[in-house]
Amino acid sequence: MTRAERIELLKKAAQERILILDGSWGTMIQQKKLEEADYRGERFKNHTHPLKGDNDLLCLTRGDIVTALHDLYYGAGADISETNTFNATAISQADYALEGAVRDMNLAAAHLAREAADRWTAKEPHKPRFVAGSIGPMNRALSISPDVNDPAKRSVTFDAVYAAYREQALALHEGGVDLFLIETVFDTLNAKVAIKAILDLEDEGYERLPIWISGTITDRSGRTLSGQTVEAFWNSIKHAKPFAVGLNCALGAEMMRPYIDELSRVADTLISAHPNAGLPNAFGEYDERPHQTCAMLHEWAEHGLVNILGGCCGTTPEHIAAIAKAVEGLPPRRVPSRPRALRLSGLEPFELLA
Amino acid sequence: MSNAAQRFVNIGERTNVTGSAKFRKLVAAGDYAEALSVARQQVESGAQAIDVNMDEGLLDSKAAMVTFLNLIAAEPDIARVPIMIDSSKWEVIEAGLQCVQGKAIVNSISMKEGEAVFLDQARKCLRYGAAVVVMAFDEQGQADTARRKIDICARAYRLLIEKLDFPPEDIIFDPNIFAVATGIEEHDNYALDFIEATRAIKQLLPFARVSGGVSNISFSFRGNEPVRRAMHSVFLYHAIAAGMDMGIVNAGDLPVYDDIDPELREAVEDVILNRRRDATERLVALAPKFKADKGAEKTVDLAWRSLPADERLAYALVHGIDAHVVEDTEEMRLVSERPLHVIEGPLMRGMSQVGDLFGAGKMFLPQVVKSARVMKKAVAHLIPFMEAEKSSGPRQAAGKIVLATVKGDVHDIGKNIVGVVLQCNNYEVIDLGVMVPAQKILDTARAVKADIIGLSGLITPSLEEMCHVASEMERQGFDVPLLIGGATTSKVHTAVKIHPHYSRGQTVYVTDASRAVGVATSLLSLEQRGAYVAEIQADYARVAEAHAAGRREGPRLSLEAARANRAVKDWRGYVPPHPAMLGVKAFDAYDLAEIARTIDWTPFFQSWDLVGRYPLIFDDPNSGKAARALFDDAQAMLRRIVEEKLVTARAVIGLWPANRLGADDIEVFEDETRTTRLAVFHTLRQQMARSQARPNFALADFIAPPGTPDYIGAFAVTAGIGEDEVAMRFAAAHDDYSAILFKALCDRLAEAFAERLHQRVRTEFWAYAPSETLSNEALIAEEYQGIRPAPGYPAQPDHTEKGTIFRLLEAEAKAGIRLTESFAMWPGASVSGLYFSHPEAVYFGIGKIERDQVEDYARRKGWTMAQAERWLAPILNYDPARNAAA
Repeated sequence: MTRAERIELLKKAAQERILILDGSWGTMIQQKKLEEADYRGERFKNHTHPLKGDNDLLCLTRGDIVTALHDLYYGAGADISETNTFNATAISQADYALEGAVRDMNLAAAHLAREAADRWTAKEPHKPRFVAGSIGPMNRALSISPDVNDPAKRSVTFDAVYAAYREQALALHEGGVDLFLIETVFDTLNAKVAIKAILDLEDEGYERLPIWISGTITDRSGRTLSGQTVEAFWNSIKHAKPFAVGLNCALGAEMMRPYIDELSRVADTLISAHPNAGLPNAFGEYDERPHQTCAMLHEWAEHGLVNILGGCCGTTPEHIAAIAKAVEGLPPRRVPSRPRALRLSGLEPFELLA
Repeated sequence: MSNAAQRFVNIGERTNVTGSAKFRKLVAAGDYAEALSVARQQVESGAQAIDVNMDEGLLDSKAAMVTFLNLIAAEPDIARVPIMIDSSKWEVIEAGLQCVQGKAIVNSISMKEGEAVFLDQARKCLRYGAAVVVMAFDEQGQADTARRKIDICARAYRLLIEKLDFPPEDIIFDPNIFAVATGIEEHDNYALDFIEATRAIKQLLPFARVSGGVSNISFSFRGNEPVRRAMHSVFLYHAIAAGMDMGIVNAGDLPVYDDIDPELREAVEDVILNRRRDATERLVALAPKFKADKGAEKTVDLAWRSLPADERLAYALVHGIDAHVVEDTEEMRLVSERPLHVIEGPLMRGMSQVGDLFGAGKMFLPQVVKSARVMKKAVAHLIPFMEAEKSSGPRQAAGKIVLATVKGDVHDIGKNIVGVVLQCNNYEVIDLGVMVPAQKILDTARAVKADIIGLSGLITPSLEEMCHVASEMERQGFDVPLLIGGATTSKVHTAVKIHPHYSRGQTVYVTDASRAVGVATSLLSLEQRGAYVAEIQADYARVAEAHAAGRREGPRLSLEAARANRAVKDWRGYVPPHPAMLGVKAFDAYDLAEIARTIDWTPFFQSWDLVGRYPLIFDDPNSGKAARALFDDAQAMLRRIVEEKLVTARAVIGLWPANRLGADDIEVFEDETRTTRLAVFHTLRQQMARSQARPNFALADFIAPPGTPDYIGAFAVTAGIGEDEVAMRFAAAHDDYSAILFKALCDRLAEAFAERLHQRVRTEFWAYAPSETLSNEALIAEEYQGIRPAPGYPAQPDHTEKGTIFRLLEAEAKAGIRLTESFAMWPGASVSGLYFSHPEAVYFGIGKIERDQVEDYARRKGWTMAQAERWLAPILNYDPARNAAA
């Protein structure tokens, strides 16, 4: 099956049912209690910096663990699993002095996910599995000053962010992902750079892959960390003509609902949500149980709010299995058609109807 | 209209350095905190988006855009609204796009540079996620008529949607709001043109929007805010009704249409809707009545009259008011011991105040010249009393300076300004006028015991003449400083060519009139002189050395290779247009009013050392007021010139059959049989090595080779018949200001006349573009087919070609213009040149040429090598003094 055929299948499946995304990677890897040596493997045995905690590096040094997680999530009923590349950009990997390994990480991550997905598709042809290339927010923001005394200052340049996203997107593309997932967007400008880097690949003759964008509303203010409301965020990124747009992280399902509701109202594309397993407790652990999560998401599906559901921090294959079961047979949200209008945004949306 | 008006989107205009002097000053000073408060005020007063523009020559526009947008990002009460990123430079726009997380509007892109650039920038806007303002501007220029506006917008719309799948709802058209009530008849319909285009765009181009910069409409009423606001309000009332969606306005500063004084509203509406021919005059007449603070200003104006007489004199000098100067001078004379004391006391104190203000950049040349007029009138009043008082000794001047425009040259506006400025600073100036032979300059200098000699010239042969004066000064034993100034002079030329001829005294290049006083003072001050001269000599040694090192321009082509890379190689399938008229046609006493309409004002301000493009120059925070005052005086003078026919405009044009002769010459024939040669025009060819597909141009490239019947034209125009008599009348009345103003206007009229005749040649006499309609802006920007290069300018630096033009046209008999021995035209307010019609004909610069071309050119012109090297001296890429083999 070619990638173009798979993408057609993905779009068809999205019309028929609510698709299931996998759950947390960080939580699952944390449970393995890995040591420094696991992260280093043979290749980075003598690396200058401590590498423990660089989960994306495991794609190169403990591919077995990565494959096992894909298998767990696909086995739990996920249609889509993400590559283990949330932090695999030159800017984020600079913390580990691993900028030079970024391309390899993304290529390896895409290969591992591809192999697992293809294996599951072969086994269950009625339920094809897909790979989303995970593109995280980076640890540096383009809209936010690192220095309270110098609000015009930026810790990183547009060009550096562009180069980093381009490198990641290109490697994921070459590695065989079916779509890109720009996720946990807390600064929309970073996401816009990622979008541009991806769209620009077309100029070099790369096949256009679907783009999925998932923002993060940080608290009850209903805004991203960089200050945008949900609708302003959508206006800022809709030029990507995303395959899907959604929200993830920061909030549990309960608190996320009003913002998903709003996004569902304004966005004329598929809606996704992968909330955390509630809010972290005093020890930073998530203790929302699978039946609690899935009860809320079932209600969303019943009300026709969503097209794709999954989990973020604290969610496990058990959560995903429960969600998949809870929404099975429920119709996906119908994508609304909105009147054409000039829609702009600052921190808040602007709309000029015809 | 209330519904439409409620939907109308106000885009804040105050965060625009080109529109708001206050904002520009804040940004220029780096006071971003205060600049942010301007943005905040806009949002608070209801702006639904803010237009940010940092296009200012002295600003790093890109850096300012980035800094300001980054700062806005940290201000939630500003950042809540979308940003309109406004620049004429794409790189500034792109830098801005890289700073905004929201969906912005790019203002603007257009087809000005063709479809490819337009689509490329539009595609980038798509990728950055921005809506676009598309200006009604195409390869032919900015659209002024409704038809052009609609056509261009429709074409842009189609391209965006068909080629890029651009969302139509993200396209905002700006069909150009231009100023009305300018006094120029062609502008009268501009508001209606916009309104009509708006209506059509909204009907024909689904989902597209219409926007515009509203304050342009009232540009001619700068300084009268109440009238301007009324114009904006009335214009918007009608434009919104026609479908205008948004506008760049001063949010919160628009009067309600119904609240405008009915009399004013009626007059404004007449102008906006072009309802009657005299609408502009009526509004102009009515406007002062509504001007704010009128009464207050009057009180201030008159307050100075109650000061003591000496302070009144100082005030009059600083403010250039000559109305009361004679009575005030007389009052002072009566209480002074001697008339001379009035000059040395209050008048000189006033003038030194002027000098200080000028030095500090707080006064500008036109104001200083006006001050000088006041001074001269005061002194003229005192002279009879001083002569009567035999015991009175000569007054102690700061120094004596002999000024002259050198032999063969007639240009003297700059020299006259220098003279006035020096006089203001207590120098005694002996101005010998124009076309002054070297010996007369030196004889005069000796006779008056001059402390300094100053030479001026505008055309390139004058450079040679200046070298001659310098070597004569050396030979005749002078040692006083020699000042060099004028448009073609330069520090390099002075250091390399003039300075070495005169070792007994110091030669100094003076950049502009404002420097003359400083230079003269330093040279004549015993304390400063030594250090100053040493500094100049070191500087000139450096300049000469750098010049020698950098003399040879990069890779060069042989004449043969340059010819192989000529422009317009293929003449197949091209039929040169046949002129509607052949032979010579003269114009006597041409309508000055018609000429005045095509004046390009920007060079006029340059001649007064006021730098900036008209009309933006009025916004300049420093010199804007001076420019406005000068412009008002110029308009009044222009009216006098036209109404009293102070000068006569004459011209002669000719069109003849012509073909290329050899590679670089043009043969002109008597008639279509092309058997009798009338003349040969010689042209020069570029010899720089070309990297891309750029040809090595020569003017002859634009004329077809034998076999294809082609044509060439020539012209000589003047707006200066009678000029000198009038200028002398002003000077005799102690009014140098008016004399200089008048001559500068004659120069502008001559240029405008050349432009106007070229237009008539294109549409009427050669008639290859019979339906061309261009606004004055487009004419100034040369957005038409064909060129009119003038000998002595970059495309043909050889002034002697004017001789051929004048002979063919019989220009002296038919237009009253003659050539000096240096091929300068007399009267000075004259222009001559050739006409080329070929669609690929462009202006270019010859640059430096090599010895092989000079040899070839000398052969063609029938010159010796020495003659050729003298006439082409400024463009030689070798030193003729060195052996050819070296």
